[in-house]
Amino acid sequence: MTRFMYLFRHHAANERPSSPEEMQRQMKAWMDWIDRLKQESHLVATGDRLSATGKVVRGKSKSVTDGPYVEAKDTIGGYLVVEAADLDQATALAHGCPVLDAGGSVEVRPISSM
Amino acid sequence: MEDIPGCVEHLFRHEAGKMVSYLTRFFGLGRLNLAEDVVQDVLCQALQTWPTHGLPDNPSAWLMRAARNRAIDLVRRDDRLRHLTPELTHLLRLREESPEREPAFKNEIQDDQLRMMFACCHPGLSSEIQITLILKTLCGFSVAEIASALLAGEDSVEKRLGRARRFFRETSSAADAPEIDLSSVSERLDTVHQAIYLLFNEGYHSSRSEAPVRDDLCYEALRLALLLSEHPRSAQPATFALVALFCFNAARLPGRLDAEGSLLQLEDQDRSKWDRALIGKGFDFLEESAAKNEVSEFHLEAAIASMHSSAETYEKTDWSRIQQLYNLLYSIKPTPIVALNRAIAVGEARGPREGLAALQAIHPPPKLRDYPFYPAAQAEFLFRAGRREEARSSFKLALNLARNEAEARFLQRKLQACA
Repeated sequence: MTRFMYLFRHHAANERPSSPEEMQRQMKAWMDWIDRLKQESHLVATGDRLSATGKVVRGKSKSVTDGPYVEAKDTIGGYLVVEAADLDQATALAHGCPVLDAGGSVEVRPISSM
Repeated sequence: MEDIPGCVEHLFRHEAGKMVSYLTRFFGLGRLNLAEDVVQDVLCQALQTWPTHGLPDNPSAWLMRAARNRAIDLVRRDDRLRHLTPELTHLLRLREESPEREPAFKNEIQDDQLRMMFACCHPGLSSEIQITLILKTLCGFSVAEIASALLAGEDSVEKRLGRARRFFRETSSAADAPEIDLSSVSERLDTVHQAIYLLFNEGYHSSRSEAPVRDDLCYEALRLALLLSEHPRSAQPATFALVALFCFNAARLPGRLDAEGSLLQLEDQDRSKWDRALIGKGFDFLEESAAKNEVSEFHLEAAIASMHSSAETYEKTDWSRIQQLYNLLYSIKPTPIVALNRAIAVGEARGPREGLAALQAIHPPPKLRDYPFYPAAQAEFLFRAGRREEARSSFKLALNLARNEAEARFLQRKLQACA
């Protein structure tokens, strides 16, 4: 088994669902998906969701800019660590991620072992 | 309340309604937008943390606490909210005294919701604006959801809400403050009943839609009526009667449409689909509504609905009792629709000839003449009296007046049946 990190990216513009009803729908979708990963013993760690604010420190000059927004159209909103047989399986599991319904993406990255 | 259909699957909506009501106690009605923004933030926060960290033990208390904390941050940061300092002090004290406990007791939140309901029903607002505002603030509907529920355009919903906000801003500093003192609730209870009644009917007998029944609205109206019935200030006989009426009618929702989505008449409905538990609740409330010697239109409508709910079959319905109830109802609510229903009850109780005479005697005003179910009732009794040709032409008349696909399909079927 190999470990993979899922990085969730979404469009800054699509950040906020429009109504409580819509939020509840998304909440349920996330919970169902994570529950399934858990039940099938793929889930290793539930990462936190990241707030949309923050700073970016860049380059040798160590310049500091506000927030991840400035240059990126897609921001990382959270992460999750799963275990799967191979990259194909990890990618297939990511198909159920609700971030896709909101027009976002999941980056699937193998975590290299020493 | 948890056993009312829709209460669990719409948790966020209802929690949003509670939070907006709670926050409005601090921010005032003139700042509804601010309260709604805070609620949006708090629900987003829940959406970001619950899926990975798991549901909190008490989601409702979690949300309310988050709303309180967010409100404190806002008041501290924003100079324009400075004058809310006494409220801020109050909020802070609550947080210090009981950081983990619910920021408001159940009865306080009930007070807040009641206050909000009465504020939405300010007589200075049209009934259209009242129900739009109720859906927005207390029921947590978005503009798009209100538009589709009330079959209005989104821009007209925005306009109504804008008018209401302006009204609140302009009046909230004046002497006629829309802020409600709970001791004066009884004066406005009638208006609140009418608004909720309208909300229920909007879902139950829609005239303008391709979707002739919208359960959501009915269950929201029932939930609000239950809220009224649980608060000592508004737990009046007419409130109990209103809850009873909604229970009986909502119980029939699962049987009102056939597989193709066409409306089914009472006589064609599969009574085994009716919600027996809700009917039982209806009878409990009907009994409670009789505690004092008060008879409102809701008492009579609930009593009529109870007769239908308890009849084993259409044929076994006690039509003469229903006719008597309609007589009483007509004496306090002499509307053309009540007159029509009364005439139908006469026909069912005493035969088609008497029914036709009763329909004739209404002298329908123009509004009723354009109502497809007036000629349809005539057609039905003509058919039963063996006057097929006349029945056909009355059904054709009704068909021409049909206001939506479902009504047209229904009347088309009736027309074919008397060929």
